[in-house]
Amino acid sequence: MSRSTRQFEQVAVVGHFAAGGAREGQGPLAAAFDQVWDDDLVGETTWEAAEAKMAVDALEGAAHDGGWSLGEADVVVGGDLLDQLVSTNFAARQHHRPTLGVFAACATFAEAVGLAGLWCDRGSTRAVAGAWSHHLAVERQFRFPIEFGYQRTPTASWTATAAGALALTQGTGAVQLRAFTVGRVVDPGSADPMDMGTAMAPAAWDSLQRHLAAVKARWDDYDRVFTGDLGVVGSGILCDLANDPGFVRVHDDCGRSLYRPDQDVHNGGSGTGCVAAVVAGHIMPRVETGEWHRVLVAATGALFSPTSYQQGESIPAVAHVIELEAYRP
Amino acid sequence: MRSGVMRVPQEKDADYLALAARHRPPTPVWRNAVRAFVVGGGVCVVGQLVTDFFEVHGQTATRAASPTAVVMVGLGALFTGLGLYDRLVQAGGMGGALPISGFANAMVAPAMEYRREGLVLGVGAKLFTVAGPVLAYGLGSAFLVGVVRLVVGS
Amino acid sequence: MISDLLIAFGVGGALCVLAQLVVDVGRITAAHVMVLFVVLGALTGGLGWYGPLVKWAGAGATVPLPGFGYTMVEGIDRATQTEGVLGLLTGGLTAAAGGIKAAVVFSLAAALVFNPRA
Repeated sequence: MSRSTRQFEQVAVVGHFAAGGAREGQGPLAAAFDQVWDDDLVGETTWEAAEAKMAVDALEGAAHDGGWSLGEADVVVGGDLLDQLVSTNFAARQHHRPTLGVFAACATFAEAVGLAGLWCDRGSTRAVAGAWSHHLAVERQFRFPIEFGYQRTPTASWTATAAGALALTQGTGAVQLRAFTVGRVVDPGSADPMDMGTAMAPAAWDSLQRHLAAVKARWDDYDRVFTGDLGVVGSGILCDLANDPGFVRVHDDCGRSLYRPDQDVHNGGSGTGCVAAVVAGHIMPRVETGEWHRVLVAATGALFSPTSYQQGESIPAVAHVIELEAYRP
Repeated sequence: MRSGVMRVPQEKDADYLALAARHRPPTPVWRNAVRAFVVGGGVCVVGQLVTDFFEVHGQTATRAASPTAVVMVGLGALFTGLGLYDRLVQAGGMGGALPISGFANAMVAPAMEYRREGLVLGVGAKLFTVAGPVLAYGLGSAFLVGVVRLVVGS
Repeated sequence: MISDLLIAFGVGGALCVLAQLVVDVGRITAAHVMVLFVVLGALTGGLGWYGPLVKWAGAGATVPLPGFGYTMVEGIDRATQTEGVLGLLTGGLTAAAGGIKAAVVFSLAAALVFNPRA
C-alpha cells in the first residue's frame, strides 16, 4: 500500500452539518442545507466575523448531529481562505476546543477530514472537521472591492458562502471514513486567476489515480467520484485527461452541483465551504441511507495568493482525497 | 484498462494548456462589444445632456466640461452607493468602466468597503487602489507631453 | 441638439468598444485598460488629435477617461503659457481638479452613508 494513502478500519462519520448563504439557499441543494443564512452578516458586524460565526454553527451542528456537543469534541480541525485563517481561529476563540487550523485553499475540507480520521484511528476520540467560506470576505481579499464593477469571465467561479462539518469518532457507524490520500502539488503553468478549472484539473487527476492504485480499486467500485471545485470547465478537462468512460460515468463535481446554470455563477461554485457543504449536505445523507455505497471526494485547491499572481507566478494546485463508505456489519 | 497512462502535467505544459483551452467557453467578444457601445454611449449621452444644461446656463463649451465631470462623478458615486454601478459594469463592461463615472466607482467602492478597517488606513488609504494608478500615469504622461510641447514650441 | 446627442453616443460608445476589445482580445484587466486610456488621451491630446474630437463629439470625448488625460494636457498647456516651466507641475491637477476632488468628497460621503452588498 502507498505510504501517502492511509486506510482506516475504525473511523465512523457520525454527524454532519451543511449550511449556505442566500444565493446557495436558492440553488439545487437548498433542501440539503441544515441552515440557510439569508443575512450577509449572519448577525455579526463584519463579513470576517460572519464567517467565524458560520464556522461555530457548522461545528456545533455536526457534533450535535453525532449525538454529542461541541464541548465534548477532543479535537477540531478546520480551515478557511482568509489570511492567517482568521475565521477558523476566531471561531476557536469562541468554542475553545483544541484546534488545528489547516490550509489547502478549496481542498481544505478533505485535508481536515483526513487529519481528523488519522486522529480518531489511533484512540477513542471525538473529532469535528470542517471548512467555511464567505463570498464577500473572500472576494475582497482575493479580487476587488464588492461594489467595484468588473466583468466576470466565463471561466470564473463564484466563491460560495457555505460551511460544512463532519463529526468523526473511533468505531463504526452508518458511514465509515475508509481512506485518505494526501495530494501532491501540481502546476501545469496556467496563470489566469479567473480560470481555476484549468489550474486544478491535473492535480485532481494525479491524486485520484494515486488513490485508486493505493486502495486497489476500479472506478466501477464507486457509486460516485466527486471532484472539488473544478466546475464546468475543469470537469470537462478532467474527463478528457482521464479518457475513460468508466470514470466519466461516475464523475461529478461539487462546484457544479451548488448552483443552477441560470444563477449567473459562470463556471460554478468554489471556496473552502463549497466542497464542505456538498459533502455534508448532499453526499453524506445518501451514503447514510445506502443509496450510494462507496464515494470518493477529491477536493481541489488552487494555491495562489493575490501577491503571487501579481508577481506573474503560475497557479499551483493540490487535491486531497477522502473515501466514504456505507457501513455493512 | 487501469487509466494510469496519462502523464500528469507538471512545469509549463503547452500540450496540456492547449487541451484545456478547448474546454474554455469563448469570451463573447461581439456581445461584449455591442453592450459596451450601448452602455458607454448611453453614459456619454447623459454627459452631453449635462453639458448642454451648463451651456444653456451661460458656460462656454470648454468651460462646461469641468462641471460636467463633477456631475458625472457624482452620479457614478450615487449609483455605486446604491449598489447599481457594479451591475452596470457587469452588463456593459468598459462601457460602464471607461467613462469618468467608472473612475468614481473605482474610488467609491473601496471607500465603502474599508470603513470597518478605519477611516484613515481603511477608507483613506484604499480610496486610491484603482484610481491611484489612473491619476499617477495620467499626470505623469501629461507632464511628459507638456515637456515635449514646451521644448518643441520654444 | 439631437445630432449632438447622437454624436456623443457614437463616439463615446466607440471609445468604450475599443477599450472592451483590449480587455477581451488582449486579456488585460480593466484597471490596466483604464490607465492605458488615460495615457492615450494625454498622448493624442499632445499630438493635437484629441482636441478636434472634443470639439466635434463633446461629452462623447470628454466623459470617457481619455478625456481626463486630454484635460490634464490642455491644463498644462494653458499653465505653461502664463506661468512658464512651473505650469508643467501645476497645470495638470488644476485642470482635472473638479473631477478628482468631487470623486474624493463623494467617496468619503458614500463611505459614511452606504454599505456594500453582493
